[in-house]
Amino acid sequence: MELTGAEILVRALKDEGVEYVFGYPGGAVLHIYDALYKQEDVQHILVRHEQGAAHAADGYARSTGRPGVVLVTSGPGATNAVTGIATAYMDSIPLVVITGQVHTYAIGSDAFQEVDSVGITRPCVKHNFLVKDVRDLATTIKKAFFIATTGRPGPVVVDVPKDVTAHKTEYSYPKKVSIRSYKPVTEGHPGQIKKAVELLLSAKRPMIYSGGGVVLGEASKSLTEFTRLLGAPITNTLMGLGAYPATDPQFVGMLGMHGTYEANMAMHECDVLLAIGARFDDRVVGKVELFSPGSKKIHIDVDPSSISKSVRVDVPIVGQVEPVLKEIIRLIKESRQKPGKAALAEWWKQIDQWRARNCLRYDRNSKLIKPQYVIEQLYEQTKGDAFVTSDVGQHQMWAAQFYKFDKPRRWINSGGLGTMGFGLPAAMGVQLAHPKATVACVTGEASIMMCIQELSTCKQYGLPIKIVNLNNRYMGMVRQWQEFFYKGRYSHSYMEALPDFVKLAESFGHVGMRIEKPGDVQPAMKEALKLKDRLVFMDFITDQTENVYPMIEAGKGHHEMHLSLERELA
Amino acid sequence: MMRHIISILIENESGALSRVAGLFSARGYNIESLTVAPTEDPSLSRMTLVTSGTEEIIEQITKQLNKLVDVVRLMDLTEGPHIEREMMLIKVRAVDGGRDELKRLADIFRGHIIDVTDTSYTIELTGTGEKLDGFIQALDKKAILEVVRSGVSGIARGEKSLRVG
Repeated sequence: MELTGAEILVRALKDEGVEYVFGYPGGAVLHIYDALYKQEDVQHILVRHEQGAAHAADGYARSTGRPGVVLVTSGPGATNAVTGIATAYMDSIPLVVITGQVHTYAIGSDAFQEVDSVGITRPCVKHNFLVKDVRDLATTIKKAFFIATTGRPGPVVVDVPKDVTAHKTEYSYPKKVSIRSYKPVTEGHPGQIKKAVELLLSAKRPMIYSGGGVVLGEASKSLTEFTRLLGAPITNTLMGLGAYPATDPQFVGMLGMHGTYEANMAMHECDVLLAIGARFDDRVVGKVELFSPGSKKIHIDVDPSSISKSVRVDVPIVGQVEPVLKEIIRLIKESRQKPGKAALAEWWKQIDQWRARNCLRYDRNSKLIKPQYVIEQLYEQTKGDAFVTSDVGQHQMWAAQFYKFDKPRRWINSGGLGTMGFGLPAAMGVQLAHPKATVACVTGEASIMMCIQELSTCKQYGLPIKIVNLNNRYMGMVRQWQEFFYKGRYSHSYMEALPDFVKLAESFGHVGMRIEKPGDVQPAMKEALKLKDRLVFMDFITDQTENVYPMIEAGKGHHEMHLSLERELA
Repeated sequence: MMRHIISILIENESGALSRVAGLFSARGYNIESLTVAPTEDPSLSRMTLVTSGTEEIIEQITKQLNKLVDVVRLMDLTEGPHIEREMMLIKVRAVDGGRDELKRLADIFRGHIIDVTDTSYTIELTGTGEKLDGFIQALDKKAILEVVRSGVSGIARGEKSLRVG
């Protein structure tokens, strides 16, 4: 039987096992929306802005490991989704984004709601397609999912002109697809892996630095087994938090610009550095010339272009982190050497001294609510088992520092692109994927305003997200940089004319709370978490002057941290 | 900064060229010249891209090009013995006694005069970029009416070849 392009598209999504499509209708996708209407297998979640659709699909993908699916119309539908697509691209998140397009005969004529979606998204997608013939549609969808989810994952855009969704053809969804120009690697080179193991076993001060690739590559268990076997300290990047249990004694915290003293010092002083699924991002490395100067470097990554991009490495291993780690574990177990924490006693003694500096301490006697305390309370009252999404800024760093993630896919944030507005829509995707779980969105009063309209989506689908708004009446991170580097000239970082968030939440049909005293933090959060089926907007009025420490200024080395304004480190 | 000639086999699809060009502009790499045309297999295009950069930059360029989903295979020709050729069509003013002189010069450079009018010759010349530069320099600048160059095409010497499968 022949189906229309629109029917084929929806059937293909069903056959791909898609649960949810996040989208917003419009002229160019009306046939597709009609096809969605006539079936019940694929559920559509109507957002309030296309940026929210892309972030929600992204949150779904990050928390499940399955690709997120977006459906938007042509023109503004597509351009609104671009921020979300770029966010997913920078963090290597698998998305399939279907954008409507004007009729094939109208392409290039500046038609109503026409934009060159393939051109506009090209620099921020793993790949994109324009489907000009309905007979190519099913195969293209299959290819899109294949490309999005394999190798280094990423978003794939499929641009579908309206007439293609009306044309008819026989439907058959390919079981497999092979693309001659796209063959992602799997196993690492055995010789390189052997070299890496020799280096690791000979190290006196080994250090493991793992990133988002371990989460994406489902290699968390192997990473944990390997790290315990080797007995070395381990740090996670912002994207990698949860890949190694944060409560484990071998974990030294996050590294980088706002990483812990012990993590950064260990990076600086180690003699063998193993990077796993991490990309030596500028916020991690600081000044390249000063980065981990005395170490031999090993780098495991599925993307060859990540290797030696900013920092030269001695032993590159191109491959999926999971099979490579498995092989490393096997070789270590076979080796005569017995590694472990005991063999590295000197190194651990040094690390424990760094740890004793207690770099994350803050004033616990303040009469104002300290943002760190709010995150600590969130951690304790959710027993460390919540999904936590965040927006971008100071609150994001505090959440990363103070919520101890023991499991992967629990910490959902825009690390690469740093997209304010990400947190709430991402939480929607997470909550839909995990209906019974506690999902908290840690945000600030500036970030939350960037996608506040999604409170309406949350109401429509009954998503009981717990919003933790650290409200300091500033764009906190901007204010912090202006304090440090612009002599306190707070140019346009002050949030004037803020809404009453309690009333705002209530007007959307949710519960709002304002918390102004440290003593009220605990009971308020307890009460909010008890409201299992309601979205609660907790507006914490926090200390305006609090800064994120430690801090490495851009262009400085790991050994040049500020622990606080008063405590400088040599 | 070394000059490199990178040969690319890429799917012959609309937008393929913009993916390569876009990669270079987005990442701030140089393109000295870029030629592209379909091959004997109409589903494939062959590009020859001339660029320059440090060893690290060239490594990134080849890795980033390989990462493009449409790129089937590529080869840095400058890593081994290779041949490069560029074609130039040059229109020059040719009057009176100058006509013989131009004919001789074209012969010396093994060029062909492919179009003739009362006042001009159009000469076709093939060779390395340096040879084409040499020919231009040998001409009286004022006589040159128009120059069009194809950009470099390259191929590896010997049996080594860039092909699918």
